[in-house]
Amino acid sequence: MAVVAALTVAGPAAAACPTLAGMEGEVMCPTCKTTLDQSDAPVARQIKAFIERRAEACVSEEQIKDELVGQFGPAVLAAPPREGFHWLAWLLPLGGLLTGAVVVSTLVWRWSRNRPAVKPTLESNGRPALDPDAERRLDRELARFDG
Amino acid sequence: MKGRLKLAAQVSSVALVAGLFALLVWKLAAQDEGAARKLGRGEIVEAPVFRLDRLDGPGEVSLAAYRGRPVVLNFWGSWCDPCKEEAPVLESTWKRYRDRGLVVLGVDFHDVKGAARSFARENDMSYPLAYDGPGNTLSDYGVTAAPETFFIDPDGMLVCERLQGGLHLERNRARFEDCVEELLTA
Repeated sequence: MAVVAALTVAGPAAAACPTLAGMEGEVMCPTCKTTLDQSDAPVARQIKAFIERRAEACVSEEQIKDELVGQFGPAVLAAPPREGFHWLAWLLPLGGLLTGAVVVSTLVWRWSRNRPAVKPTLESNGRPALDPDAERRLDRELARFDG
Repeated sequence: MKGRLKLAAQVSSVALVAGLFALLVWKLAAQDEGAARKLGRGEIVEAPVFRLDRLDGPGEVSLAAYRGRPVVLNFWGSWCDPCKEEAPVLESTWKRYRDRGLVVLGVDFHDVKGAARSFARENDMSYPLAYDGPGNTLSDYGVTAAPETFFIDPDGMLVCERLQGGLHLERNRARFEDCVEELLTA
């Protein structure tokens, strides 16, 4: 009973422990300016070892990131934190994308509205007439077929 | 009305592009090329001042606090092999000349603090050590890699030259001693 209770309590906590694999795409190597998963620079290896040590101690991902920011500054995070001035980095691209979508939609709408409608010339039988080139080619083909 | 709206939109677009272009030009023009390059051209350059956390204890290290004393400023990282090789050269220089007022100051950058402290202990680095994890001082000095060494006279001016690479290397050793001598006689 006690074992079951202990497992029940330990289960969610163990699952919440971060892993290096889960974090190395979110942390930058300060010398090579790529994420840790793409870098084998000596300092990147050191940071990986640091994350592994902290993850083994089951320190939360947020705490590990805070410790890294405390040492390397905010640029060590691949994505800017969602707080204060850093929100701009998230909102500006979205704003740009929305503005672009509105501009393109407006242009397409106006272009389709102003385009002159092409009305096909109708033959006496009510069917659309062929253009002169197509008519000549058809005559040639028919003549060859008859001949 | 429709024409005026169109004109306003066009003017705004051109103004936006011109603004972004001006921002780019300003950024490029304002970018400091770093003290090392100016020193290399023979210009008289004041050593950029900084205030950093101490690596070897609590408190801060301020370069300005060493005004009046000659300083050997060494940029290093615990992940850098030549830094390990040159550490004894810096340590022996510090021990030999500190009575004559010389300061050897190490700036550890882009480093995990714990690893840097272990490195300093293992290599018996007893001279003052500052910690610049984000590397804020690098662009001011124009540091491109570790290790690099600068020489600052008692007036706070950079002298001699910037030495790149380990000080234990043949090509740097004699020049390092000359520069230290120049500092002590300044």
